[in-house]
Amino acid sequence: MHAKVDRERDAPASPGGTAHVQSPEMADAPRLLDRRSFLMCALASGAALSTGEFTSSLGAQPIFSGEQGQANEQFTVEARFYEKQKEKRIKCKLCPRECVVGDKERGYCGVRENRGGTYYSLVHSRVCAAHVDPIEKKPLFHFLPGTTAFSIATAGCNVNCKFCQNWDISQVRPEQVPAQYAPPQRVAELARQYNCPAIAYTYSEPVVFSEYLMDTADAGHQAGVRSVVISNGYIQEEPLKAAYGKMDAVKIDLKAYSDSFYRDVVAGELKPVLNTLVTLRKMGKWTEIVYLVVPTLNDGDAEFRGLAQWIKTNLGADVPLHFTQFHPDYLLKNLPITPVPTLERAKAIADAEGLHYVYIGNVPGHPAQNTYCPQCRRMLVERVGFTAGKMLIRKDGNCPFCRHPIPGIWRA
Amino acid sequence: MDAVASAGRRNFLRQCLVGAAALGASGSAAFPAPARTNAPPADSMVVIARDPQLRGGGANVDARRMEALLDRAMLALFSRDRAPRTPVEAWKRLIRPGQTISLKVNTLGGRGISTNLQLVEAICERLQQAGIRPADITVWDRDSEEMERAGFRIAMGGNRVQYFGTDRVNYEQDLVAYGSVGSRLSKILTERTDVLINLPVLKDHDGAGVTLALKNMYGVIHNPNKYHPNGCNPYIADVNMLPQVRSRMRLTICDATTAMYEGGPAFKPQFSWQYNALLVSQDPVALDATGWRIIERKRAENGFRTLEAEQRAPRYIATAADAQHRLGNCDRRKITTVEV
Ligand code: SF4
Repeated sequence: MHAKVDRERDAPASPGGTAHVQSPEMADAPRLLDRRSFLMCALASGAALSTGEFTSSLGAQPIFSGEQGQANEQFTVEARFYEKQKEKRIKCKLCPRECVVGDKERGYCGVRENRGGTYYSLVHSRVCAAHVDPIEKKPLFHFLPGTTAFSIATAGCNVNCKFCQNWDISQVRPEQVPAQYAPPQRVAELARQYNCPAIAYTYSEPVVFSEYLMDTADAGHQAGVRSVVISNGYIQEEPLKAAYGKMDAVKIDLKAYSDSFYRDVVAGELKPVLNTLVTLRKMGKWTEIVYLVVPTLNDGDAEFRGLAQWIKTNLGADVPLHFTQFHPDYLLKNLPITPVPTLERAKAIADAEGLHYVYIGNVPGHPAQNTYCPQCRRMLVERVGFTAGKMLIRKDGNCPFCRHPIPGIWRA
Repeated sequence: MDAVASAGRRNFLRQCLVGAAALGASGSAAFPAPARTNAPPADSMVVIARDPQLRGGGANVDARRMEALLDRAMLALFSRDRAPRTPVEAWKRLIRPGQTISLKVNTLGGRGISTNLQLVEAICERLQQAGIRPADITVWDRDSEEMERAGFRIAMGGNRVQYFGTDRVNYEQDLVAYGSVGSRLSKILTERTDVLINLPVLKDHDGAGVTLALKNMYGVIHNPNKYHPNGCNPYIADVNMLPQVRSRMRLTICDATTAMYEGGPAFKPQFSWQYNALLVSQDPVALDATGWRIIERKRAENGFRTLEAEQRAPRYIATAADAQHRLGNCDRRKITTVEV
């Protein structure tokens, strides 16, 4: 399995890291993810789970698992959101792409296959990356600060962002990446064993493993473990309600506020993602938004202003918005790292439009990583890298200085 | 981010993609064209070799007749210049002893419509007679199980012809890119192939319109699912432009013993017919243009609308011939069709 970044987060050598759940013989046939595998790898890497001071030193190079056939039935379940059509074709109704898939073919995401007119997910319980991450790394800043999330991913994605940091799991077929069998109950058990109050579905694109996400969220809730999803939000309304309705918090990567960026850089569409945000709002789901600022492509003042205005009008001023720093990767190697002043300009525009919680991400030590009370302006949560240092918000969710309510889920 | 996991690919990308992903104001990624190899000839030849008795009255292809059909096609293909006296002499114009040769079959359609085993065996026989060691010949597709379902026996190691899928040896770790495409290549292509012989089948494709020579190259990349939108255009042309593909491609022998005019790519017996033919060319674009016409003829005979009317005409064929790609000729006036 792979050491992974949450898409669009990039903070090399940051304090507060990630524990990798990995089997030493991972190139072999997939196996049950177990505590022993985890410990072997975490210890081998000098990982110190308790302090969070380990680094990403596992040499988790992508290894193709030659033993793992496409027909590995333990990972195959019938898809929940699709329609049958004539001549054994199906139309997938999971994401707005609505792939029409002929017999023996796969959809765009590469993890769903038509077999004789029945559509299957090939990635149920097929975990190719698993780590214990600080929740701040997702980033979710208003959800149980200072805790960790048991973070898992399968292969596949329903878009193809040219800047993807995890393309070696998101842009591959499931049989092309080593994986382990991690059924929902096992994930819930492991999350508890590692004192993670939440399971995070992340790294690749959870939309494409929504059946697994739903079953795991149920298993987690039965075991007293919550669930959070880190997603591009490119999903149809019915599965959104069914799958993300089971989540306790959602982070949406809003890749840009322009159709052309979505079309040319993401291979997706803006409108369905905006619809997702509005639906989540109506569902009352705790939601935070990340906007990766890519130099020259989505960093104009008008775009920042339009975005902030849209959020305020449609979602309200209390939705946290994270402007994060781009690092060159995958098919966008030619652009520079986002200059910090660009991120500060974005924040200043969003602040001026009246958003209450605007953060700057991927810039360790920047003061805009902290949470401030929008009324008295005092600092309420201090963050260093991916760890929450001070956490002053009262149990009732109010500012300890002026009693202003601070939205979020603050206590386990 | 976790830097360690990505070190290998990053180094590669630094070497290979520096300056490559030039995302301009238009937002479209544009990779520079590789040095041109195998520029298309002024005109191209496509041989259509047919044998109505190929099955000898039975259901299966007769191995001897297939061998004879292949020989006829190869002799005709090279007859324009100095006509070869024997089939082996024709093969020697493509390959030389010591080279590694790979035969990219198409096995998605199972036993119903996959590259014919007798055809593959006949080619392997001629390659060996032309001086290629059996172990230097690899018959391959994406997946070994799929090959087995199509009737191929997996064989790895020893002094015999090798039969296996990319799943047994993996894809390259690193990305290669051209135009809209960024992919990892099969190690069979990069490590076991001096000369690539493309062995597609002749069939309809619900997304691309038809799937013949050019589309068969989707089987060499790790992420073909990403390149099906817009009728696979321009993606199919871009995949064929990858230097590792273009520089190795020498010959296409399209298996049209059984062909399909509708309902592809999976096998639909009700839309298939026994054409008992091989289409052979060194120009994959000309071959695709010719195969498309054959499929349209059959569609018309059976009362089906044209692919154009179905809004799935294979536009990627013209793209492959355009000034940016120059992979071959699709203009009918530049294609000589020889029927033998
Ligand atoms: S989830 Fe996958 S198969 Fe379904 S519509 Fe989206 S990309 Fe296509």
